[in-house]
Amino acid sequence: MERIVLPDIPNLNQIDVYLTNGGFESFKKALSQSPDDIIDQVKKSGLRGRGGAAFSAGLKWSFMPKTTDKPKYLCINGDESEPGSFKDRQVFEDNPFQLIEGAIITCYAIGAKVAYLYIRGEYHKWIKLMQKAIEVAYDRGFLGESMKKTFGNDFSCDLYIHKGAGAYICGEESSLMNSIEGYRGYPRVKPPFPAQKGLWGCPTTINNVETITNVPKIISNGWEWYSKIGAQKHPGTLLYGISGHVNKPGVYELPTGILLTDLIFNTASGIPNNKKVKCVIPGGSSMPPLRGDQLEGIRMDAESLKEAGSAIGIGGVMVMDEDTNLLKVLIRITHFYHHESCGQCTPCREGTGWMEKTLHRILEGNGTSKDLDLLISVAENIEGNTVCALGDAAAWPVKFMIQRFRDEFEQYVKNEVTIPVPNKVHSMRNTSAPLANLHK
Amino acid sequence: MFKFTEENIKRIEKARSKYPTALAAVMDTVYIAQEQNGFISNEVMEEIANILSIDKVNVLSVVTFYTMYHTKPMGKFHVQVCTNVSCMLRGAYEIWDQVREKLGIENMHVSQDGKFSLEEVECMGACGYAPMIAVNEDYFENLSKEKVEEILNSLN
Ligand SMILES: Cc1cc2nc3c(=O)[nH]c(=O)nc-3n(C[C@H](O)[C@H](O)[C@H](O)COP(=O)(O)O)c2cc1C
Ligand code: SF4
Ligand code: FES
Repeated sequence: MERIVLPDIPNLNQIDVYLTNGGFESFKKALSQSPDDIIDQVKKSGLRGRGGAAFSAGLKWSFMPKTTDKPKYLCINGDESEPGSFKDRQVFEDNPFQLIEGAIITCYAIGAKVAYLYIRGEYHKWIKLMQKAIEVAYDRGFLGESMKKTFGNDFSCDLYIHKGAGAYICGEESSLMNSIEGYRGYPRVKPPFPAQKGLWGCPTTINNVETITNVPKIISNGWEWYSKIGAQKHPGTLLYGISGHVNKPGVYELPTGILLTDLIFNTASGIPNNKKVKCVIPGGSSMPPLRGDQLEGIRMDAESLKEAGSAIGIGGVMVMDEDTNLLKVLIRITHFYHHESCGQCTPCREGTGWMEKTLHRILEGNGTSKDLDLLISVAENIEGNTVCALGDAAAWPVKFMIQRFRDEFEQYVKNEVTIPVPNKVHSMRNTSAPLANLHK
Repeated sequence: MFKFTEENIKRIEKARSKYPTALAAVMDTVYIAQEQNGFISNEVMEEIANILSIDKVNVLSVVTFYTMYHTKPMGKFHVQVCTNVSCMLRGAYEIWDQVREKLGIENMHVSQDGKFSLEEVECMGACGYAPMIAVNEDYFENLSKEKVEEILNSLN
């Protein structure tokens, strides 16, 4: 299988190697066509966003207004803070120039003169690598004013890195834009969508790093070629990040639509000590968990996973073996969303804290079966009632973990004692009390 | 009084040039200030507001929102242990206990001699190489207790 985003070419992160392997030829090809033609090809290729929602990239680009007196912007999302997600850093490390080329093709297609690449602050090393690559691209005339000379065309654009500073919520697109503008990362109410009112109120397109890195290959090899790889409705490859209880965790680029069991048992070489799988979260910690005894036949693409009752998310597969305590896992997940909630919406702010406290109470042996039903109903009250999708991300694991592993959770609440729920309001950011109970 | 070094003033100007507004350069500028001063004090915030000609409230708002900005001095070595799910499944809480005991400090505390500070962090984007810790800007991955011991001993 040919790899698209992370080709198996040594030293591809060196500009000369990238150039000998057809680097910036796609952009040249793109320049010989109209921006609308490029959007059309990306649409027909079937490329869908790799940042979580699997939305058609070409369709998103087509929402950008054709005529406007405002500048247009591209944001590239490299916040990569979803637990289970560690793929974009591989692009920064191994194929930065294809990301840059994807960025300039996208800027040309949507008519943007400036692109911001948002990278999470903890990625110091990868920010430096990417910064270096951008500097090289400027030096060689692949970015900025000198592009005009290099490519003999009027088009030029700039690419800048914006360094995040520790906030998962900044991966949400409107929060990311507030963060670039110099504000707190509070999500904005939608509509208006970024294509109408994005950065500084101007038309903006936002895509994930992996999404953008696919673009050059679609232009050079053609949309027909791309549309035939992997699952028909969700074509291409994915950078699957596999973590947890597998023998060979890591990032693997493989076609969409492969069997989840293949990924776990072949690609990642199965479970240590041949243990059974109890639970798999297939798309990053926000996605509904699946039962280990119901993995047969599930394929890794947006449609199949939806049908199986989960979602592809960012393709981060977290595997848990038969000895895993799912209550502890759920507490850890819920703590994360509580800690990362920006606090704007009551259901998310209060609900995440309440769920975390209730789960802790169960862990301490003071939970009841009624608590489990209550947890599900609180989760359902968060779902769909918030400004951004972090609310759903916090609700889904609780709701589906308890529903799908009710047998296990019933065991944790065997002794029926009722204790009133404390209702202290947590401060939303910097709630960094250690989770003392989880490691006992 | 806190003043930016000549070199850092140049870096701030460069950061400023990436954006159509000065406010957008605030995050980069807070980073530069933290690098120079170690942490962000009231005085530092005033100087950031000054140099960017923005309101101090805007600086405060950002400094208190993002977890990587520190308003108190941290240790020379800021040790971060990820305990999120993928790391937890591979023994992160054992590593957390080990580091806590070895350094003799609790979460978000600094050792008496100022050498170490400790933070339990959320997913660092290293889930496939768990468990992991980070020391200042560097990641250490695929850890065992022995390796953690070695890393901590090597910090001088
Ligand atoms: C809480 C939250 C966190 C998110 N984090 C990320 C992220 O780290 N990276 C990312 O690309 N998308 C993230 N997203 C999705 C973005 O909002 C957005 O849909 C995506 O960047 C669009 O790119 P795509 O269409 O190429 O997938 C997040 C969404 C939410 C609600
Ligand atoms: S859902 Fe949560 S994170 Fe999203 S805006 Fe509301 S409070 Fe903030
Ligand atoms: S869970 Fe520890 S790095 Fe992702």
